Amino acid sequence: MEFFIISMLNGLSYGLLLFMLSSGLTLIFSMMGVLNFAHAAFYMLGAYVGYSVARFVGFWPALVIAPLVVGALGALFERLCLRKVHKFGHVPELLITFGLSYVIVELVQLIWGRTALAFKPPEILQGPAFTLINHSLNGLSLHLGAVPLELCSAADAAIRVVCSPFPATRGFMMLVALVMLVVVWLLLTRTRVGLVIQAALTHPGTVEALGHNVPRVFMLVFGAGSALAGLAGVIGGSTFLTEPAMAAAVGSVIFVVVVVGGMGSLSGAFVASILIGVIQTFAVAFDYSVATLAQQMGLQLGDAARNNTLTKLTLSQVAPILPYLFLVLILIFRPKGLLGKRED
Amino acid sequence: MKFALKTIAACVVLAASSLAIAQKGETVKMVRIDALTGLLGPVGITQQKTYQFLAEKYSGAGNPAGVKFEMSFIDNKLSPTESLNALKAAIDQGIRYIIQGNGSSVALALSDAVSKHNERNPGKEVIYINDSAVDPDLTNSKCSYWHFRFDADTSMKMEALSSFMVDQKDIKKIYLLNQNYSHGHQVVKFAKETLARKRPDIQIVGEDLHPLAQTRDFAPYIAKIKASGADTVITGNWGSDLSLLVKAAQEGGYTGKFFTYYAAATGTPTALGTNGAGRVYQVAVGHSNIPGPMAKMQADFKAKYKGDLSSVQFVHIFETLGAAMAKAKSTDPVKVAAAMAGIKVKSFNGEIEMRKSDHQLQQPLYMSVWQKTDAKNSYSLENTGMTLASVKEYPNYVSSTPTSCQMKRP
Repeated sequence: MEFFIISMLNGLSYGLLLFMLSSGLTLIFSMMGVLNFAHAAFYMLGAYVGYSVARFVGFWPALVIAPLVVGALGALFERLCLRKVHKFGHVPELLITFGLSYVIVELVQLIWGRTALAFKPPEILQGPAFTLINHSLNGLSLHLGAVPLELCSAADAAIRVVCSPFPATRGFMMLVALVMLVVVWLLLTRTRVGLVIQAALTHPGTVEALGHNVPRVFMLVFGAGSALAGLAGVIGGSTFLTEPAMAAAVGSVIFVVVVVGGMGSLSGAFVASILIGVIQTFAVAFDYSVATLAQQMGLQLGDAARNNTLTKLTLSQVAPILPYLFLVLILIFRPKGLLGKRED
Repeated sequence: MKFALKTIAACVVLAASSLAIAQKGETVKMVRIDALTGLLGPVGITQQKTYQFLAEKYSGAGNPAGVKFEMSFIDNKLSPTESLNALKAAIDQGIRYIIQGNGSSVALALSDAVSKHNERNPGKEVIYINDSAVDPDLTNSKCSYWHFRFDADTSMKMEALSSFMVDQKDIKKIYLLNQNYSHGHQVVKFAKETLARKRPDIQIVGEDLHPLAQTRDFAPYIAKIKASGADTVITGNWGSDLSLLVKAAQEGGYTGKFFTYYAAATGTPTALGTNGAGRVYQVAVGHSNIPGPMAKMQADFKAKYKGDLSSVQFVHIFETLGAAMAKAKSTDPVKVAAAMAGIKVKSFNGEIEMRKSDHQLQQPLYMSVWQKTDAKNSYSLENTGMTLASVKEYPNYVSSTPTSCQMKRP
């Protein structure tokens, strides 16, 4: 039981990190129609800037400053580069962000080096948020924070006690993602700025005629999207590792999230991230393969079939490719994504 | 006194010059084909610095042959295909000494390609120096005359590791977590084999293979390991695959032991931090606290390159090459290969031997444990204040394993 709860929480927290990342991507796409290839690079930049800022002023200010810096850089990029190619259509826009992603990744490595950095979360987040104790006599109980070692071991060998701490960093990651979801949603639907943004997307001419600066709206949206990636970077970088390949590692998965959820749909991205996080986490736990399945269904396999590499392949081994399999299936059976609106 | 010293020195110089040897002053161009980018790039970069450091240190008067070592580097992105292209490019540039290590998948392809090249291009032979790929096949069923391995292969490491476990009675249930490619598969195979022989009472409660250098989040694996009830994990993981694994283990409250191959490699000491003391073991051909010349080398390297010289077997490469070139009185790969086979050299930790039958270096193995630095073990890995301290040493004759190699000699 504690295995299920911890795995579920692991899946949810990973899914929510994916959501933090893909929300910025989907925001930019839905508002501007630009598929931002550099998004994962902004994530990486967020982690590295966060690391440097945290060394001078501490983690909490860095959590605010780093996204602002990344957001400002994103806005600057929109103002100086993206806006220039905007008039040539979507393909040049896509290409320029593609190029930018490489530039950022290389620049980061030039500045911060190519080895992993020790980006530590603050003291308060280093321990567990809570600990599940599964006692074979007393059942399952939950303790906030860390528990003393005596509680995790029984004097009697017949009694089995298992402690499962849940890291505070992951809890914090979930909290930030949820707060972010609510804030972005409120901002877009309940505020004047949000209304202007939405209007500028569909009727830029009219909005401009009403006296709003549409290019500036686009710049702000791009900056905000990048800032969200930067925020995810600070949290992801301190929870996992801050290292040169961190952009490449999430880059492809967030595109899967956006496509599966439906291009430009914030709620779709949310559902897809959670789904992918949970599926990937649980798939690891199952050692089922074609061979064991056949055995359970009562099929007798020959020696050759049983020792075949393909039939021996377990679900846990293929877990990392499941998101991509999911992507292909979605594109075949529901091209607009789970919650997408566009048919084009 | 000063005069006497000067006279002796002059005599030595005269004696040396009268014995002027053919290869002296020649430049030996060597290339290392390895991953410098990607997830495992940081490991390759540190090793690149190690080669630059050692080539400088061992050049000229630093080696008995008096040759100059010149290193170049090609990024293979951990891909066998890219490596073969790099090999071609290096040969075209006239480089006759090829070095590679990270990734047995790459090593198998390179060893094969080098053998074929040498067969087809007499007079242009190249030597393949394998510094880290530990798949036993390379010196057994797929051995090659032109391939020389300086790390200890998985069969040797597992032999030492299982011998160590004989005395660790608290180990009862083992989980095998490895990377899904040739190296990881061999670790699983040899772990099962040696443990069945030496500790038949140990139960293997689970095994998993995950993709090489792709997994970011090991928490699900840790949850699974905990659910299996394993008290010990054996893993051949390296680079990010090891650093993220130990990090997830700490966060997930896993209190079992880890037996690793590469705990000292770039990134992992930082990820371990001050945690895991006494629970993380490494079986390797060395560690940073070996008494003797190692301490100075480590300090010099850290001062110049701000990293750890954790791939200590690279030192053996330069010791062996220098000795073999002096013995062959040439830098010609054909003569050096012949001289290297069976050569015995004194290196930083005693005598090492390049076994003639399979070209597997016979060397001591060390079992070390992660702990705080102390007077005896003072080298701080990645400035964590922690180090790997030796708990057991296995001399050459203990760590040696038999080979089935039927080498085709030219």
